[in-house]
Amino acid sequence: MNIYINGTGCISPQETAQIGPLFSTLKEYDQVRLQTVDPDYKQWIDLKQIRRMSRVVKMGVGAANLSMEEAGIKMPDAIITGTAYGCLDDTGVFLNKMVSQEEQMLTPTAFIQSTHNTVGGQIALLLGCNAYNNTFVHRGFSFENTLLDATMILREGEAKYVLAGGLDEITNYSHQILSRFGLYKKAPVKTMELLKSPDRGTIAGEGAAFFVLSPEKGTHTVAELAGISTMYKPLWEGEVIGEVVKFLEEHAVTLEDIDLIVTGRNGDIAQDEIYEEVAAALFPDHPEACFKHLCGEYPTAMAFGTWMANKIIAEQDVPDAAMFYGTAPAKIKNVLVYNHHQGTHHSLILLKAC
Amino acid sequence: MSVKVWIAGGGVISGIGMNLQENLQAFKDMRTGMTTMQYLQSVHHETFPVAEVKADNDTLADMALMPENTSRTALLSLIAAREAWKSTGLGDISRYRVGFVSANTVGGMDKTEDFFNSFLANPQGGRLQQVLHHECGAVTELVADAMGIRHHISTISTACSSAANALMYGARLIRNNIVDIVIAGGTDSLTRFTLNGFNTLMILDQQPCRPFDDTRTGLNLGEGAGYVVLVSDSLLAHIQPWARLSGFANANDAYHQTASSPDGTGNYLAMKGALEMAGLTPEDIGYINLHGTGTQNNDVSEGIAINRLFAPHFPAMSSTKSFTGHTLGASGGIEAVYAALALKEGIIYPNARFQHQMKELPFTPATAFSAGNDLKHVMSNSFGFGGNCSSLVFSKE
Repeated sequence: MNIYINGTGCISPQETAQIGPLFSTLKEYDQVRLQTVDPDYKQWIDLKQIRRMSRVVKMGVGAANLSMEEAGIKMPDAIITGTAYGCLDDTGVFLNKMVSQEEQMLTPTAFIQSTHNTVGGQIALLLGCNAYNNTFVHRGFSFENTLLDATMILREGEAKYVLAGGLDEITNYSHQILSRFGLYKKAPVKTMELLKSPDRGTIAGEGAAFFVLSPEKGTHTVAELAGISTMYKPLWEGEVIGEVVKFLEEHAVTLEDIDLIVTGRNGDIAQDEIYEEVAAALFPDHPEACFKHLCGEYPTAMAFGTWMANKIIAEQDVPDAAMFYGTAPAKIKNVLVYNHHQGTHHSLILLKAC
Repeated sequence: MSVKVWIAGGGVISGIGMNLQENLQAFKDMRTGMTTMQYLQSVHHETFPVAEVKADNDTLADMALMPENTSRTALLSLIAAREAWKSTGLGDISRYRVGFVSANTVGGMDKTEDFFNSFLANPQGGRLQQVLHHECGAVTELVADAMGIRHHISTISTACSSAANALMYGARLIRNNIVDIVIAGGTDSLTRFTLNGFNTLMILDQQPCRPFDDTRTGLNLGEGAGYVVLVSDSLLAHIQPWARLSGFANANDAYHQTASSPDGTGNYLAMKGALEMAGLTPEDIGYINLHGTGTQNNDVSEGIAINRLFAPHFPAMSSTKSFTGHTLGASGGIEAVYAALALKEGIIYPNARFQHQMKELPFTPATAFSAGNDLKHVMSNSFGFGGNCSSLVFSKE
């Protein structure tokens, strides 16, 4: 069974919620923490509810709606959400009050909205969707597990449209704490210079990207989700290289068939080394595009990368802002997206133009 | 058409026992787990009874062979997951393609809430070690790494239905030939975060809870972990299966972020879907392990949905949460182990403290322990926040 991407929606630090050529109005930053460019959420959510919703819920609802609009559907047969951090803002609010008020006089709203399945639950609630609903929360595999679950459910034959997405938010607390772990650059760095930066650390990002997947092509379908694979804590680069080779074989694609690789380089010299190794071993002459300088690093950034790869296939062009090495071929058919998060969570996604 | 998925074993740690055998004995003895808080530090320790695992972190760390500063959520998880694996007799785990799919709702929150005391006073304060394993997935990885599992690792968090969804996803991984074995279930430790959260919802009973009793006034929180070992039909010759995971379904109530719809729409759809996948009719089910939290709203919704689907053939039913408390992300895993064991030994578990029939319902739960019943199919329900409703059906063959 082929599984097609019938619609996509993305809310990110770029102007991705707007219709128009990919990155036509590039947002360039000079900071270590990127924030989403928010669309007008009133088009999907009524004002009273918007005020109570945290940013991660809003961006999830927004991206989900954008993808369903593009797919031309009103009701999915399953809603699957991936989020590593969950609803950090409401978690932080409730924790703060609980600690500072010594467990007294607390109110339920933040607690109710703090559970990891809040986004999936809210999408279902707003749509009145009684279908399958699941939330994956496994770090750098949250989004990948979501796509895998969607694929398995579609293969069972009963569901026609699965809404699947990945999202995470940054909050002041989370940024303070993650910064103390030394994940980010010590000084601001310009968007278009990040991937060439010579030291450790990356920039923090956030965002939501949703996909409507279906065994039947829709009006706006340009690509097929041909494969997805994850690798947990590979022991050395050879294991990753071996996995890429095996993955392509399983999907009957040769190295030469790959027209473009899209990688998750994030500007941290230590973390980017593996992309160099894989490219040198398997794709020395292949053009390479990147995405984390545009959306920042976060555990579900692969959702942004996959969204971008799909747009590249739609436009048959790689915008300059995303091009890292070489030039895109005239015809972009097979795109391999390879990402890792923190060196421990590696994943591969293969998109084929259709 | 699809590959059969067997339950080759299970492990449980809960407020009524440190392993499955102790849990079983507690049911036989009608010994429930709710007491005054002994291990969780909270200003509410006199107010709300909880079903804590009866051991401090140092003791659990010794049992788990992990450092003492490990999140209690991970300690509980590893103890139950190891027991589950051992019970299968499959031996060296590295010989198989194994996945670990574990559910939890708050990850390493037990350590994070301690960290926040210092962190709120000073953004540079608090030991980072305490938040290193905050993420739900980090807890899963501590356990996967300790057990040497690498083929597939995932974490699911859908509130009270989390672990039931872990079994579903695990079964799909096997059916899709991604792995041959999945250790699936969930874990959660008690935290101030959860206790205070449920307190704001005003659904905590200050007395031991009374699920499916007309006088019920709320739930008691519990903690623990429970895992089954799901095994592909291709390995059937190597195991002595307890049961088969024959059906499952997940539906969303789409009614309210925390409350269940009055007619139990999501509950009904989940149970109906699970029966359909198993190819069964309601009268085939011999026992239902109820979601049965003991809140006004939950039990009436679940009961009405059962009435709609099962009337007039009501199977034996009980809420084991009347013993273990509501263990949230762990509950679907713990109750899946109970359900599989029910088929293996013909057990119907008792519903503690039931006295008054609910006026909305024509049936009552089982109140006494019995074994040796002729059970062919049992159902396990897990319904929760976010409208997430899941039902599992286990069959003897």
